[in-house]
Amino acid sequence: MEWVQQLINGISLGSIYGLIALGYTMVYGIIKLINFAHGDVFMIGAFVGFYAITGWGLGFFPALLLAMTVCAILGVLIERIAYKRLRNATRIAALITAIGVSLLIEYGVIYVRGAQPEAYPNVLPNKSFEFFGAQISSQSLLILSVSIVLMLILQFIVHKTKIGKAMRAVSHDMDAARLMGINVDNTISATFAIGSAMAGAAGVIFGVYYTKIEPLMGIIPGLKAFVAAVLGGIGIIPGAMVGGLVLGVVETIVSALGFSLWRDAAAFIILILILLFRPSGIFGKNAREKV
Amino acid sequence: MKKAKGFWLFLIVSIIVYGTVQFLISAGILNSFYSNTLIFIGINIILAVSLHLVIGITGQFSIGHAGFLAVGAYISAIFTMKLHLPFPVAILVGGIVAALAGLIVGIPSLRLKGDYLAIATLGFAEIIRIVFLNIDYVGGAAGMQVSHLTTWTYTFVCLFITILVIMNFTNSRHGRACISVRENEIAADAMGINTTFYKVIAFALGSFFAGIAGGLYSHNFYIILPTNFGFLKSFDILIFVVLGGLGSLSGAVISAILLTLVSTFLQDYPETRMILYSLVLIIVMLYRPQGLMGTREITDFFGKWKSAKGGN
Amino acid sequence: MGKTPLLQVQAAGIQFGGLKAVSGFSMEIHQGELVGLIGPNGAGKTTSFNLLTGVYVPTEGEILLEGKRLNGLPPYKVTRLGISRTFQNIRLFNELSVLDNVKVAYHSLAKHSIISSILRLPSHFSGEKEMEEKSLEFLKIFQLDKFKDEKAKNLPYGQQRRLEIARALAAGPKLLLLDEPAAGMNPQETHDLMELIAFIRKQFNLTILLIEHDMNLVMGICERIYVLDHGQLIAKGTPEEIRNHPKVIEAYLGEEVTIDHA
Repeated sequence: MEWVQQLINGISLGSIYGLIALGYTMVYGIIKLINFAHGDVFMIGAFVGFYAITGWGLGFFPALLLAMTVCAILGVLIERIAYKRLRNATRIAALITAIGVSLLIEYGVIYVRGAQPEAYPNVLPNKSFEFFGAQISSQSLLILSVSIVLMLILQFIVHKTKIGKAMRAVSHDMDAARLMGINVDNTISATFAIGSAMAGAAGVIFGVYYTKIEPLMGIIPGLKAFVAAVLGGIGIIPGAMVGGLVLGVVETIVSALGFSLWRDAAAFIILILILLFRPSGIFGKNAREKV
Repeated sequence: MKKAKGFWLFLIVSIIVYGTVQFLISAGILNSFYSNTLIFIGINIILAVSLHLVIGITGQFSIGHAGFLAVGAYISAIFTMKLHLPFPVAILVGGIVAALAGLIVGIPSLRLKGDYLAIATLGFAEIIRIVFLNIDYVGGAAGMQVSHLTTWTYTFVCLFITILVIMNFTNSRHGRACISVRENEIAADAMGINTTFYKVIAFALGSFFAGIAGGLYSHNFYIILPTNFGFLKSFDILIFVVLGGLGSLSGAVISAILLTLVSTFLQDYPETRMILYSLVLIIVMLYRPQGLMGTREITDFFGKWKSAKGGN
Repeated sequence: MGKTPLLQVQAAGIQFGGLKAVSGFSMEIHQGELVGLIGPNGAGKTTSFNLLTGVYVPTEGEILLEGKRLNGLPPYKVTRLGISRTFQNIRLFNELSVLDNVKVAYHSLAKHSIISSILRLPSHFSGEKEMEEKSLEFLKIFQLDKFKDEKAKNLPYGQQRRLEIARALAAGPKLLLLDEPAAGMNPQETHDLMELIAFIRKQFNLTILLIEHDMNLVMGICERIYVLDHGQLIAKGTPEEIRNHPKVIEAYLGEEVTIDHA
């Protein structure tokens, strides 16, 4: 029954990857940029949540909303200040800028508050109950349900709202969308706002679940989430979530088999295999739905 | 015969630079802090120039160069520390094994283009790092003790050979073939250039010199750790090449010198250093994306000697 | 017509997914001929060029050069066997000098090795010298030698087209494929180009296959013409036969191309 347990751990980890991967996949889908700073937005989300809970005594959900809002604003600022000018620049210039923004956020935070980690407060009741012989914590279930709800909201936004339609149009053909009267700049900003809000939510959830946060915490989950986005087929929203879950489960299994030091390698091996044999990802090509 | 003249000029300048520094060191005018800085500059130039061949000349966007640095560092350290072989042999073997690693990474991943290639190389570099992390023979996460064997002379000889080989390669039909791949891969293919071959060759040659730099690097500290070779290290090398100007060898050299100096003098203020570093990076990309030199060479400004230029 | 043709295409075709871009395409070109390939937009002309040069691998049929099967060979090998080409949308090595553009094409005819170049052995110097001299010769023929140190991207449009042809010739082809060489040229430039094509054909004893939209050019210089429409060969013959071919007239009806009886 330990396997059920591990599966649940994997799904919890995977849903965090998935939430971060959504932002990567949306941004890549719309402006073909690997937004390296996205993992750091996730870190900022975790810290905003931390200060909101410990400093202002907010509960989990208000802290989550606050972190999402702050991250959305941050995402738009990053896009407007750094990336907007780069729309016609070379891919290398764009990627280097993204790396620069990432380093700036990381070391800016260290400069302001130091590099020491923080212990996340316990805001959620952590009861565990038996399920087919496995111990399931209420936290795992909450994480999973929050992730699913956010995913559903995102699907609703992308498919049922005007801004979602604009996002799909811009990702398909930016010039044509502009000619059809779509405000391309605002649409791109909205994409950054939504993607960053998801990363912010993931930050708070990560803090609650793993209880330790620090300024460089975004780097590895950020890279892993990118792997998840590629795995699911970059640009495809459900793909990001599925890619995240697959990656989370695989990593947990690798750890459970006693290869915990190889856990990080697993993600990159998956990445390379996918790139070499199926670069369009699990859901690529046929069901291509870009945003 | 202007190219031969260029070579002699390069040789004379090199001898003067080497001789002056060596004299200052042996006369005790330069203390160990300065001589170490000079060695570190030399290593970084080798890294910058080796990546310049891959990105600047051949146009293949690799962001995992630290992986090959790690291979060279660990292999050469094994040869000196475990097998007790002479340091020059260890450096050379480190380079050769790194070149083989370059072939293993390059042959499958160079089919990819642009962002996908970049991410694949980053992934491979991380895998290389994690492999060293898991080998107890080289100390795993605790790192490996290495004697301090790197001197200014070793560094300078390696640097001289690196620059000479890469310049000679670039200014030949082979270098032009690489540039043609960068400029237009479809047309290069249609002109009879085996594009895969040249991409792999450039990648392996770049990895070889990264491995050479690795040998110097590991024997310049007393310990090497897998965390020294993370992707931040890869970004450091990438930044030399991009800030210097993609396609400019002298640009890569100049920016490696400048950035190493800046980091050295700010090493007591690591956050400030990283903040400045990232701001410079962002500002240069926004306002001067072609980098310091563009594709030009320092010699273009002197008018006469153009031989270092890509393909001329 | 007894001897083997230089190029034989036997019912070649390619499918992308379920879509047949070109199918059942057959053609024979003999040494020394100048043949035209025409057809309305989207007829599959450039796709056929891509099949001949190895950019696409045919999903059906055979392509033979001097009896040698080309199917599945990568483009660089096809080029080395003797087919070189120009591109509809010019593909020069923009940051390289005009001279170096030609040198790249001459690459596979030179022999000096990587080791020889790195060590600067005598074979490097003699090899590079030969490349330089040959490339300059090509530039002279195309009257581009005065631009030899200019970056390719800085040349005027018409000169870029000429450079692309010079470069294709430097690769030493038996068969030269020109993809719309006159596209974007004014009548004077087109006229000069026609003279140039006639000249290089004689000078190098070349065989040429030409895709062109400019009917006057095709009718004026080609000995035989193949017509593609919707990926199918609909006619072949002399310019006179093509001009009066009912299927050709039908294919072009609706398009604003007049086949004038000059």
